[in-house]
This record gives sequence, structure tokens and C-alpha cells, in this order.
Amino acid sequence: MKEYLLNIWKAFSTIFIGMKVTFKHLFVPAVTIQYPDVKLELPERERNRLYVNMDDCIGCDQCARACPVDCITIETVKALPTEDLGKTSNGKKKALWVTQFDIDLAKCCYCQLCVFPCPTECIYMTDVYEFSEYQRQNLVYTYITLTPEEIIEKKSNLAKFEAEKAAKKAAAEVKPVEKKAAEPKGNGQNAENILKPNSAPNPPADNKGNETQKEN
Amino acid sequence: MIYDFLYNLTGSEILSMLIQSAIPLFLLVLPFVLVAVWLERKVSAHMQDRLGPMRVGWHGWLQTVADLVKLIQKEDIVAKETDKPLFNIAPVLVFAGSYAAFAVIPLTSIFIGSDIDLGIFFIVAVSGLVVAGILMAGWASNNKYSLLGAMRSVAQIISYEIPTMLVILIVVMITGTLNLRTLSEMQTGYFWNWMIFGGPDFGLDKFIFIPLMFIAFLIIYISTLAEVNRTPFDIPEAESELVSGYHTEYSGMKFAMFFLAEYANMFAVSAVVSALFLGGYQSPFGYLGNLFNLPWLIPIEQFLWFTAKGVFFVLVQMWLRWTLPRLRVDQLMAVCWKYLIPIAFVDLIIVGLITVI
Repeated sequence: MKEYLLNIWKAFSTIFIGMKVTFKHLFVPAVTIQYPDVKLELPERERNRLYVNMDDCIGCDQCARACPVDCITIETVKALPTEDLGKTSNGKKKALWVTQFDIDLAKCCYCQLCVFPCPTECIYMTDVYEFSEYQRQNLVYTYITLTPEEIIEKKSNLAKFEAEKAAKKAAAEVKPVEKKAAEPKGNGQNAENILKPNSAPNPPADNKGNETQKEN
Repeated sequence: MIYDFLYNLTGSEILSMLIQSAIPLFLLVLPFVLVAVWLERKVSAHMQDRLGPMRVGWHGWLQTVADLVKLIQKEDIVAKETDKPLFNIAPVLVFAGSYAAFAVIPLTSIFIGSDIDLGIFFIVAVSGLVVAGILMAGWASNNKYSLLGAMRSVAQIISYEIPTMLVILIVVMITGTLNLRTLSEMQTGYFWNWMIFGGPDFGLDKFIFIPLMFIAFLIIYISTLAEVNRTPFDIPEAESELVSGYHTEYSGMKFAMFFLAEYANMFAVSAVVSALFLGGYQSPFGYLGNLFNLPWLIPIEQFLWFTAKGVFFVLVQMWLRWTLPRLRVDQLMAVCWKYLIPIAFVDLIIVGLITVI
């Protein structure tokens, strides 16, 4: 009988203790936030989406080599001696046209290893972390500033220049032979033909890259 | 009374009857369900230090309306192996059972659906319909979890009906009436005339009744909590173990019917408890209508007091829900058969002896 009454007392007292706790929590301010409207402040050195400032990029390929998952693809074309590409913000001279700079963020592991070797600090982590896509292809971000036509132009310029150089060299070496002078010209045309299909980047990725650059 | 007023207005018995029977649904049950579902979510959220629905309307108060619109648009999925007639009838039956209780609950002194002398007995009887509906739903779903939930529900409701009935018997022995309107009328005046404070008669027995009625009130509150399948007695629904029990297989409007019935039931039970023990629609401090000599104000005040009491008990149910864990089946039965029923019996005998003397 004593145990029976004790059980009843225990039940009621524990229920009231519990109810007191929940009643107190009714007036505790919520610890959750309304996510898309209100966002938590990110930590100081957070690692999110990469961004490349193409104005400063010298096309040195060091980030691509540092990347452990090979998600950065860089392709460069030498600039002609007559062309002036300007200087980066920390005074490095640019000598290469960057014809392709793609980062596949689907592969990216956000290790930040590409950021440290960059001599001009043009590749860095931004605070953007909401960039989900329906198509995996859309996660390939393209950062180049050159249009496809310009890329073709630069490539053919270089090919022509090299062809001319080779022609000059050939002419200097073997002057008497007239036939050989014509040969490098043909080579130059071939080079142009080979380069054409490679130089056209895929259009959706290109659009995406332009958009993101505008955003940032 | 409303019925006479409607009869004079329309001149047709059937029409005025229909309108009268629809009044509690549209004036009380549907708005209550809309508010109660929102409140449940807000109360649960704030008790867990969350925010709850915040998007639709001010602090999400239109969330239930949005959910209702969604449920109406949803496809009505009927699984292939279900027992179709039973599957389709069950939600209607469950809602009909819980709505039928509102027929004899007096909302104000001038409105009662049906002023029958068997009032409280009628409520106990029609709540049996809910049990049948739940069992039908669980059986017709042809799903082991649904059937388990339905069986548990039936076992639970039937065992907890006994302490409920015993407590109702205590009240009926003191007042000598089953009619809820007469019961509410008896508890008029101030709050010390309520049954929980020993009833309207002022004498020595009133002071003996006060502790007994408090115990009776606690018993009926706990057992009605079990009858509407709320936590801590929610083993029939038990989201985490039975995937919501008997309404797992239901979708769209049929699911909405179960939902509506559950909340209507919560309010009906709270209304019955308040009518039996807390004066029903009676104000605890007298009426402003009497004070300012405005007789038309009194029914409105009574209606507000009635809803306030009902909503208060529903809020306590929610409070308990988010405080207590679920009982095991053996604990559930132990609470009923080892604690509630013996105490209710002792209470009944003492009250009976006092009323006889």
C-alpha cells in the first residue's frame, strides 16, 4: 500500500517537474534561425566556392598542379612580343593569354591548396556556399574573359607568328633552297585547322562563367 | 432557442434542423481545428526552442489553411489490397462519431443541438462509433502496422472508458441528471458553484466533496486523454514505432477527415470535462451583460467562456504531449486497471454514501 501511494506521488511529482521544464522553455527564445532569410555568420577562414580574378591571372598553371583532385583545367596561348597584356595588381607581367580556365566544382574538395601557390593571389575562396544545380555540367565554372572568337584569333596569331618565325629561321639556314620557304606556310595553315575545334568551349559552361563573374 | 428562431425564419423544419446541426461545425469545430493545429505546432516548436511555422501569414497562422488546400488537391490513393467499402467509410464514421458528441454539448444557454435528457450517456455511446471507425480503418488498410495501431487503439479506448464512466457516475450521483444543459445550469453563479468545488449545494458535504471531486477530475482528465489517443497515451498512433497507426494508408481528404476528427475529439472531450466539472459555458465571475443590463451580451460571453475553457484544456493536452514520453502497453494497462479504476471506485463509493446520507 505504501509503495502504491508512493508510485502515485512519484508519477504526479515527476509530471509536474517535467511540465515546469517545458513551460520554462516555452519562453526561451528560439535557437533556430529562418535560414534563407537569416543566415549564420560564417567563420573567418571558411572555405566555399572558388573564384578566379582573371585580371590578375598570369596563367602559370600552379593552382592546377596543386589541386589534389585535378578539378582545375588551364590552357594558355603565348602572347606575341608585340602584344601588351598589362600587369597584375602586384606588379607581375602577364605573358600568356588564358584560353581556358575551368574549375569543376563538382569535383572540388574545398581543400584550398590551390590558393596558396598562386603568385598573384587571384584564385581565392568566396563566401558563396549555395550553388546547387540540377545538371552536373553546370557546376563546371568557366572564368576566362576572352570570347571564343578572340581565342581563335589569338591562337591563329600565335600559329602565324611561329610559322613566320620558323620560315625566317628556315630561310636564314637554307637560303638557296627556294622550295623550303613555302613549306612552313602550309604548316601554319594546318596548325590553324587543328586548333579550331579545340578552341571553341562549350556554350552552357561559358554562359555560366559570365554570369558568375557578373555576380561577383 | 436557435431552433425556434430558425424555424420562424425559414418556415421549414428540415431546413432549420440542418442549419442548426451545421452551426457547431462551422462556428466551432472547423475554426477550432484550424487554430488548434497551428497552436499545436507553435507550442511544440517553442517548447523545443524552435520557431515552428513562420511563413504563411503572421507567425504562420494560415499554415493550416495552406495545408488544408494542399490536402484537398492531393491524389486519393487507395491501395490495391484494401477492403474498399470499409476503407472509404471509416474516416467518415470516425468524424461522424466525434462530431455527434457536439449535438448534446451546450455551447451557450440558448444553443444546444439536441436538449435530450440522456446527454452525457449519448456522448459515451457515440464515442463507441469512433472505436468502430478506427478498427475499420486499421483492418481495411490491410497493413500490419495499421491493424496493430487499430487494435491497440480499441484496447486502450475500451479500458479507459471505464474510469471515465465511473467519474461521470460520480457527477451524476451528486447532481441527479444526465442532461448536460441542466448540469451546466446547476453550476451557475460563481466558480465555487462548479462541480470541481463540490457543486452548487452549500453545506458540510460540499467540503467533503472538494478533495473527492479534485481526484475525480484528475481521473477523468487522464482517462479522456487516453481516449483521444494523445501522448503519453498515444501508442495507437506512435509515429516512431507504428508509422502513425491506423491512418498510415490514408491520403488526401480522407486523411484530413481523421485529422479533423482527432482535433474535434480533443475539443469535445475538453468540453465534456469542462461541462461536468468547470461549469460548462458558465462564467466564473458573473456576466458583463448582467452588469450593464444588456441581455443579448450574455450568450456571447457564455460562448467565449465555453471556448476558453475548451481551448485551455486542449492547451494542457498539448503541454503534456510535449512533456511526457510514450507509455509502454503494460504500463498503459497498469495505469488504467491498477490506479485509475480502483481510485475511481473508492471515490464513487464514498460519494455514494454521502449522497445517500
